[in-house]
Amino acid sequence: MGIKAITFVSALVFASSTYAQDSNQLNVEGEIYASTVAAPSHMENVDTLYSGWHFRSGETQALQLDDFDNPGMVFIDQGIDLFGKVDGSEGKSCESCHENVEDFAGLRTALPRVENGELVAMEDLVNECRTERMGADAWKWSSTNMTAMTGLIGFQSRGMPMSVKIDGDAAEFWEKGKELYYTRVGQLDMACSNCHEDNYGVMIRADHLSQGQINGFPTYRLKNAKLNSVHARFKGCMSNIRATPFKEGGNEFKALELYIASRGQGLAVETPSVRN
Amino acid sequence: MKYLLGVVLASGFLTSVAIAETTSPSSVKFTDDGVMASLTGKAGDAKSGRSVFANRKLGNCLACHINSDLSEQSFHGEVGPPMDGVADRWSEAELRAIVANSKVIFEGTIMPAFYIDAGYERPLEKFAGKSILSAEQVEDVVAYLLTLKEE
Repeated sequence: MGIKAITFVSALVFASSTYAQDSNQLNVEGEIYASTVAAPSHMENVDTLYSGWHFRSGETQALQLDDFDNPGMVFIDQGIDLFGKVDGSEGKSCESCHENVEDFAGLRTALPRVENGELVAMEDLVNECRTERMGADAWKWSSTNMTAMTGLIGFQSRGMPMSVKIDGDAAEFWEKGKELYYTRVGQLDMACSNCHEDNYGVMIRADHLSQGQINGFPTYRLKNAKLNSVHARFKGCMSNIRATPFKEGGNEFKALELYIASRGQGLAVETPSVRN
Repeated sequence: MKYLLGVVLASGFLTSVAIAETTSPSSVKFTDDGVMASLTGKAGDAKSGRSVFANRKLGNCLACHINSDLSEQSFHGEVGPPMDGVADRWSEAELRAIVANSKVIFEGTIMPAFYIDAGYERPLEKFAGKSILSAEQVEDVVAYLLTLKEE
């Protein structure tokens, strides 16, 4: 009995050291990124933030360290082409107004944000330019063009710490997002927190549960070989727990995006990150 | 009134018992000792329960519980406790209660209730009003769990 108990305990210790987030350094193109930071004070149940990169296999991790290996970079290149491409009735491209895409450095870290009483995500800003200044059609929230563009713009902030505003006029949206984060939904009756706060670091069948950080979005997934928007990932999670997803680009997902972004304050933007 | 209703329900119960009685999700009776009676009125099939346990579209219990008896399956989760020797730790009635609705036993648990058909929010349409497992599948899983002994 004594031996059995000891074996069982050591098996547990072994399992947790095997499966918990690793302590590798996220060194992208020779620059060390903040991928493990102290949690912001508003997080009551988590002390340390870990980029989702720390939960992936060494093989997947390696793909993000060198832009030549990063399969997401192809889509950033497509974004560059789109940025200079004239579209719509006004004969303009993004470049007509935004001469240097580099000027968007820092924008990713601060989104979503409140503008005129409304919470706006990067996709809203892109579509506002397209419909109101270019006279072009809005892109669908998670379309190839949209993720290429949000990927390109997000890429300009790569390495900069996430820093969304959660007080003042953002507070009501943040509270709503927090409520959604902790609300159980679906036939499986689970909240975001059940997996990504209570159980990150352990395996759920073949998946290694992460903290569900969004600092690397849009993220390239090996699973579908494309850039994935934050809202598309939310939608996927909800379907997995057999819940009717909220609408991409809708108020619920934008509030949730703000709240989850705030749970990653201080983590470096990794766009385009590489995940399973 | 309550008593009268009980009598009516009980007599309804008795008349249909002869046909193979299945307890509906809303009428499962939880006691301090668990759910005493089989949900189907008969014993489950452990062999079928073993496959429900592993099947991703059914129990998918393996998603969260390590189980050496299913070592041929490659991925075992770690969210919940290991299943080895689970029958040494819980009685049949307790296992039935945990599978049917673990929230009655463990408040706030992440574990889904496998035999409820209401009380969850925003289900995908195709799952609305349905339980994850049927009464028969619950009994099969319970019968299977009862084979997992170490002592």
